[in-house]
Amino acid sequence: MEFAFTEEQQMIGETAKAFFSENATSERTRKAMAADGVDRDLWTSFCTELGLSGIAVPEAQGGAGLGQVEFAMVAEHAGAQVAALPLLGLAMASKALLAGGTDAQKAKWLPEIISGSTIAACAGTDDLVVDGDTLTGSFTLVPHGGSADVFVLGNVAGAWVVMRDAAGVSVTSHTTMDQTRPYATITLKGVAGDPLADGAAALQAAREAGWICVAAEALGGAQETLNRTVAYAKERVQFGRPIGSFQAYKHRLADMMIEIEQARSAVYWAACAVDEGAGDAQLALHAAKSFAADTYFKCAGDMIQLHGGIGFTWEHDAHLFFKRARAIQSMLGHGNWHREQVATMILGDAA
Amino acid sequence: MKLGFSAAEEDFRRECASWLNAQMAGEFKDIKGISTLTEKAERRKEWEQQLAAHKWSCIGWPEQWGGRNATLAQQVIFAEEYARAGVPGRVNHIGIELAGPTILAFGTDEQKKRFLPGIAAGQTIFCQGFSEPGAGSDLASVRTKGRLENGEWVVNGQKIWTSLAHISDWIFVVTRTEEGSKGPKGLSFLMMDVKQPGVEIRGIKQINGDAEFNETFFTDARCPEDSMIGAVGDGWKIAMGLLAFERGVSTLGQQMGFRNELNEIIAAARANGAANDPLIRQRIAKAEIGLQLMRYGAMRMLSNTDHSKIDGAALTYKIQWASWRRSLGELAMDVLGQGGEIAEGADYEWDALPNLFLFSRSDTIYGGTNQIQRNLIAERGLGMPREPRGDI
Repeated sequence: MEFAFTEEQQMIGETAKAFFSENATSERTRKAMAADGVDRDLWTSFCTELGLSGIAVPEAQGGAGLGQVEFAMVAEHAGAQVAALPLLGLAMASKALLAGGTDAQKAKWLPEIISGSTIAACAGTDDLVVDGDTLTGSFTLVPHGGSADVFVLGNVAGAWVVMRDAAGVSVTSHTTMDQTRPYATITLKGVAGDPLADGAAALQAAREAGWICVAAEALGGAQETLNRTVAYAKERVQFGRPIGSFQAYKHRLADMMIEIEQARSAVYWAACAVDEGAGDAQLALHAAKSFAADTYFKCAGDMIQLHGGIGFTWEHDAHLFFKRARAIQSMLGHGNWHREQVATMILGDAA
Repeated sequence: MKLGFSAAEEDFRRECASWLNAQMAGEFKDIKGISTLTEKAERRKEWEQQLAAHKWSCIGWPEQWGGRNATLAQQVIFAEEYARAGVPGRVNHIGIELAGPTILAFGTDEQKKRFLPGIAAGQTIFCQGFSEPGAGSDLASVRTKGRLENGEWVVNGQKIWTSLAHISDWIFVVTRTEEGSKGPKGLSFLMMDVKQPGVEIRGIKQINGDAEFNETFFTDARCPEDSMIGAVGDGWKIAMGLLAFERGVSTLGQQMGFRNELNEIIAAARANGAANDPLIRQRIAKAEIGLQLMRYGAMRMLSNTDHSKIDGAALTYKIQWASWRRSLGELAMDVLGQGGEIAEGADYEWDALPNLFLFSRSDTIYGGTNQIQRNLIAERGLGMPREPRGDI
């Protein structure tokens, strides 16, 4: 049994943890929140100095050639600091291109995306009219859509690379509850798309990468809410005792840990199952996305409650976790949808 | 990081499965699928001996003592296949999983020779004398007394919740051997013969109608002086060491039993149409996900080789499975509907699912209640201040 990180994996985890906890500070994240939700300096140093942006991209395309386990470790630590980075777009777009892109598309876009010089976003829609490779329609709720330079967009019929500055593309950014990952609506009017070789494979790979990314972010965020609340519980004194000595308080911390440990099993089971091509990879992905998102939301909500009044202030970081957690619950399929997929696997379709 | 087992381990799995399935289809067909610990006890003692005769009784023990020196992975695989084959729980699980490892770790050579062969052979069934009416969650407040008299320990007091005492041969007893001592100090760990005049067993009928637990009364019960494991006053250290064995490899086998229970609920939901109810579907999916996460949590726990740090998966495991199973029991009743509240015969005896519903209320109590588990997690895992002790 080797369901534990290798030494190499532990080093990757430690590197990512140190990088994000030192650099993705509250001050920098808040500066990005006031703008378009991207800390560009952090993104550049993540992609160039740290070199972890291409961790799950093959070496032939300029990446490190590792898998989803290693990517999840990076996303976990980015999520722990609610880093304002277009990591989800990178994960989804690069996996879409790898799974369904032409050789030319891979050669052109993957190095640019990994280097951080091009920000990518990825989305699907039901609202798209396709005429040859000319696209008309709209994509709503695209994470970091307002910051992206290039889109990988698709529907049931296929997927296309679309440049932000192509004729007929308009982007409307929305004021979004989670300001570290604002949504945008992308509207296409007769836009020339560059078709991927296999759109269905691209979108499936993008979804899977997205589920792992947000589930891992959720795990990291949940763990961090617990760590910070534990620190507060030791220092805050009421009734002449540290508040962490009260059972009503410490039992809630214990409940957070119980959920987080399961979320950790879920995220790395799913990442490992995808890497190994295991038969239960889909089950694992649905489990990881739904469980980790719910765990994060519970823990972030508890963080506010267990901090009392200070946790409700804009100044305190609790709301950053809380809003990221809420966003992760809804995006890429709500937990109820993922659980229904699991139910269908076990029970078949409902009559 | 890898998910599965090696090819050699999968070969071992086939070997286990083939032997176990042959037994359950053949000589021991009559005990297949029994879900309580008390039914057909005599046949199940014969089953213990059958396991021993084929060296499957205690595979993790050293070969010298009847084991196979099996690796952790092999022990896990055997436990999984054991449950998968529908073999009923071990009536000597306390002997094999607790008493034996405790003697191996803390016993003298003479004690090993005296006790281990009988446990390994399925001849000596053990039970556990820890809890008392006044020492439940607060185990250290044990009051059963032991005094040395003419080369024998003489024990007086009462133990409770002694699972399977009525079919056991021996009991290990945490006893206060230092007059006037309090808490974890002054306790000792004694091995005692259950079948002696000074030991009286009374069954405790449980909410499911079964009586797996007992009260065990000691009135001038005796054992030779060298029946103590460790030194006088080491009782707490040894009891805590023993509880650490409890979180071992049997967890994955236990999960196969849970899998069988969940599968039975799924089959019932399909048969009666509950599987079309969107809320039931969500709960079945949650149960499935919870069971999978338990499995991978246990895999993390058993793959962990760094014992210097707190292992979060291990620390949270008990409350996780206990709470999961209690919810499973509630799900079972919601799937069955009112019909689930009817027993088939005249006796108050329940099919597996209603029995699961009733029995699982004990899962969140024995072996450390959920409340105690939360204290342990918060104090040991998260470094929260300890609960202050009272003086009463």
